[in-house]
Amino acid sequence: MVPLNWYLLLSAAVFMIGMFGFLTRKNIIIMFMSAELMLNAVNISFIAFSHFLQDLRGHIFVFFIITVAAAEAAIGLAIILALFRNKQTAHVDEMNEMKG
Amino acid sequence: MNSHALIPFLPLAAFMINIVFGRKYLKEKAHWISILAVAGSWVLAVTALIEVLSGRKFNYDLYTWILSGGFKVSVGFLIDELTVVMLIVVTTCSTLIHIYSVGYMHGDSGYYRFFSYLSLFTFSMLMLVMANNFLQLYFGWEGVGLCSYFLIGYYFNKKSASDAGKKAFIVNRFGDFGFGLGIFVIFLTFGTVYYEPVFSQAGNFADATVQFLGYDVHLMTLIALLLFCGSIGKSAQMPLHVWLPDAMEGPTPVSALIHAATMVTAGVFLVARCSPIFSLSETALMVVALTGAVTSLFAATIGLVQNDLKRIIAYSTVSQLGYMFLACGVGAYSAGVFHLYTHAFFKALLFLCAGSVMHAMGGELNIQKMGNLKKYMPVTYFTMLIASFSIAGFPGLAGFFSKDEILWLAYSGPSPVGKLVWLMGTAVAFLTAFYSFRLIFLTFHGKFRGTHEQEHHLHESPKSMTIPLMLLCVGAVASGWVSIPHILGGHANFAEFMKPVLGHAEGHGTHAEEWMVMAISVSVGFAGIGLAWFMYMTRPELPARISQQFSAVHRVLFNKYYIDELYSFILIRPTIWVAKNILIGITDARIIEAVVNGVPNSIAAFSAGLRRVQTGLMQHYATIMAAGILIIAAVMLLR
Amino acid sequence: MLQQLFFAYYAVMIVLLSLLVVTRRNPVHSVMWMLLLFFHIAGLYLFLNAEFIAAIQVIVYAGAILVLFLFVVLLLNLKEEIAGRRFAGSWPAGLFVSGLLFIAVTLALGSYVQGPVGKYSIDVIRSETHTKALGTLLYTEYLFPFEIASLILLVAVVGAIVLAKRKLRS
Repeated sequence: MVPLNWYLLLSAAVFMIGMFGFLTRKNIIIMFMSAELMLNAVNISFIAFSHFLQDLRGHIFVFFIITVAAAEAAIGLAIILALFRNKQTAHVDEMNEMKG
Repeated sequence: MNSHALIPFLPLAAFMINIVFGRKYLKEKAHWISILAVAGSWVLAVTALIEVLSGRKFNYDLYTWILSGGFKVSVGFLIDELTVVMLIVVTTCSTLIHIYSVGYMHGDSGYYRFFSYLSLFTFSMLMLVMANNFLQLYFGWEGVGLCSYFLIGYYFNKKSASDAGKKAFIVNRFGDFGFGLGIFVIFLTFGTVYYEPVFSQAGNFADATVQFLGYDVHLMTLIALLLFCGSIGKSAQMPLHVWLPDAMEGPTPVSALIHAATMVTAGVFLVARCSPIFSLSETALMVVALTGAVTSLFAATIGLVQNDLKRIIAYSTVSQLGYMFLACGVGAYSAGVFHLYTHAFFKALLFLCAGSVMHAMGGELNIQKMGNLKKYMPVTYFTMLIASFSIAGFPGLAGFFSKDEILWLAYSGPSPVGKLVWLMGTAVAFLTAFYSFRLIFLTFHGKFRGTHEQEHHLHESPKSMTIPLMLLCVGAVASGWVSIPHILGGHANFAEFMKPVLGHAEGHGTHAEEWMVMAISVSVGFAGIGLAWFMYMTRPELPARISQQFSAVHRVLFNKYYIDELYSFILIRPTIWVAKNILIGITDARIIEAVVNGVPNSIAAFSAGLRRVQTGLMQHYATIMAAGILIIAAVMLLR
Repeated sequence: MLQQLFFAYYAVMIVLLSLLVVTRRNPVHSVMWMLLLFFHIAGLYLFLNAEFIAAIQVIVYAGAILVLFLFVVLLLNLKEEIAGRRFAGSWPAGLFVSGLLFIAVTLALGSYVQGPVGKYSIDVIRSETHTKALGTLLYTEYLFPFEIASLILLVAVVGAIVLAKRKLRS
């Protein structure tokens, strides 16, 4: 029997790797993939909790997260396309219009 | 909505209309609106008087002004005996003086401005007397002070006038500071600033004391004395009397309305209104009585030797205000208010007559350069003579009744200083009669001493000025008849009427004593008049010889005891020195400017640093966000 | 013991593949590693009795989303980006923050308290089949969020088209 904490530790590790990628990669597509990684990490812990608590609500959450992730990927990638068309780059450090 | 609210708000509306439309549209017709408004107030005040006479009283809130936790203040009105008397005094004098001003201010460039301010003043004064709480009283108090400032400095391009305005305002600050503190203490003690609960609970605190700088201070004495500070400033009592004579720089109707009949009596009104508090403190009453008596005597002696027509009357006002405080101080509040009421008529009349004289003399104020004016201006002469007889206490005239009542109650009352202040009051009665008739004889009798051109120009004033004089003259004669004392076969109705608000001061003495007091005050009045006749009519060379003989005394009196110079030496010059050398040199240049410039500079530096955080790079923001989450997580973990 | 071995394999592979995803220079490689990662996650789901979720993990994530990524990567001309430095200048800060957060979460695990268990034990799911149990829950208790989810997808479709389409006449 594998204890719950192992799953949670795994989930945390994947989440932090995803966060590390999101915070450090210059390429906006990889940043996006890192975000997906974080979502998956959360999914793992949801499923694990669901299993150990014998409750299907965790699965429902995962279901919705996957839905939102799909929507987010569609929109996000469309934004990336539009951005690339305007800036001719996929590097976030060349996009700094957000400052006052 | 009750019609009482209209009493102050009619003049306010007149002020609004005049100040907005006066300069462009109303111009020479500005007086109509003001006169109509104040006459309307007068009618309403009379109806209020009738209501109160029929036994009804009002105390209600019109509008919640401030509501903060347990602290509530409203614009509200208290209509009782004291209020209606003040209403009648204020609106009557105000109406007559408004009418008088039409003639007096005719052709002045600031005509509309003058009437706007008069209306605003009337509004503030009415708010002051009608208030049902201390904060509204304070509002009216400051409002009349502000209007007084405006009107003293009405001829603002004349330096002496604008200086006098500032002086009045600043000197009043000293008093109002105490008054404000008094209201704070009242709020701290009672938790409210409404009259009704304060006065009804005042008795519970009769023996209460507070710790102040390590001393046990009797609470009611503290409150009473702080409130009395305001009275001292507003009513020009020692030592804050210095502003009133200078306030004569304003137009004469202003002197009559504000600096004789109404505003300066607000201090007396305050003491009378707070009589439940003052009565609980013997110390405070003694202070009031002695301040009044000393001021009265002091101002009367100055009045003896002045040559400026209006200033003599101003010192007379200070002196008579002292009389009112003397009355309040011996517990005879109703006598004080009675004197306030009669004084308003004859003193306003004196001022208006002085204005009439000035009008004829082309602005000349030195009575040494006048003389024999009775030939040219009979109405002014006659009315001023009546007013002078009234103030001198000629039997049967208004001043006689009120002055006599004060002196009798001082003499016979329970106050420990009663006999002393009675003596001083009697001396003042002598001096008052003397300087009032010195003024009359020098101005209206003898030979004309002015220039030939002035003599040629002499004329009686227009109807709009003489009619108010005659009406006020009726008041100066008859206003005392409402309260004829018992020993003269009357019923002392005024004191009876005031009894519910001000209590009843009982004199303890025999009829013989009362006759004696009356006889003494009347005879010193006649003695004063006689002495003035002797010195200025039969032996006109005598005054000069006497003043040479006693030149030191004369100089001190003529220079008003050097009080102004004293203040200049101990207050004004050190203040200016501190302002110049310390405030400008050190505080302003080194501290304030350092702060004023330093704060924006440091903010600029700080934000220049902060701006670098604002890189516009999404990942930096995300990192900061994650760091924030980390901090929250750390806090949660370490807890 | 066998279970632990299985878990160990999946855990090691998932962490390894995650690292590969975030560190590859070429986004195409990242996408490929991610595909493999998603399959491993799906395996882990199977291991936790979540067959339906495992299926949509493969179908939606690996089949749809990753293909979308691949599409975009191929649409964009990323030669310059691939040539340059792959980490931003502030990468130590990112490493520091995420490392500390990992430690924080690890420390927090110790204070986990298990709540009361629900009614969907492994036996119940097995007898009812996972899909049916999930469907019942989804279409009854979670009907309203389910409808909202469909709306989100609709908005995403419309939004993606609006954002990505070229202006025909400009």
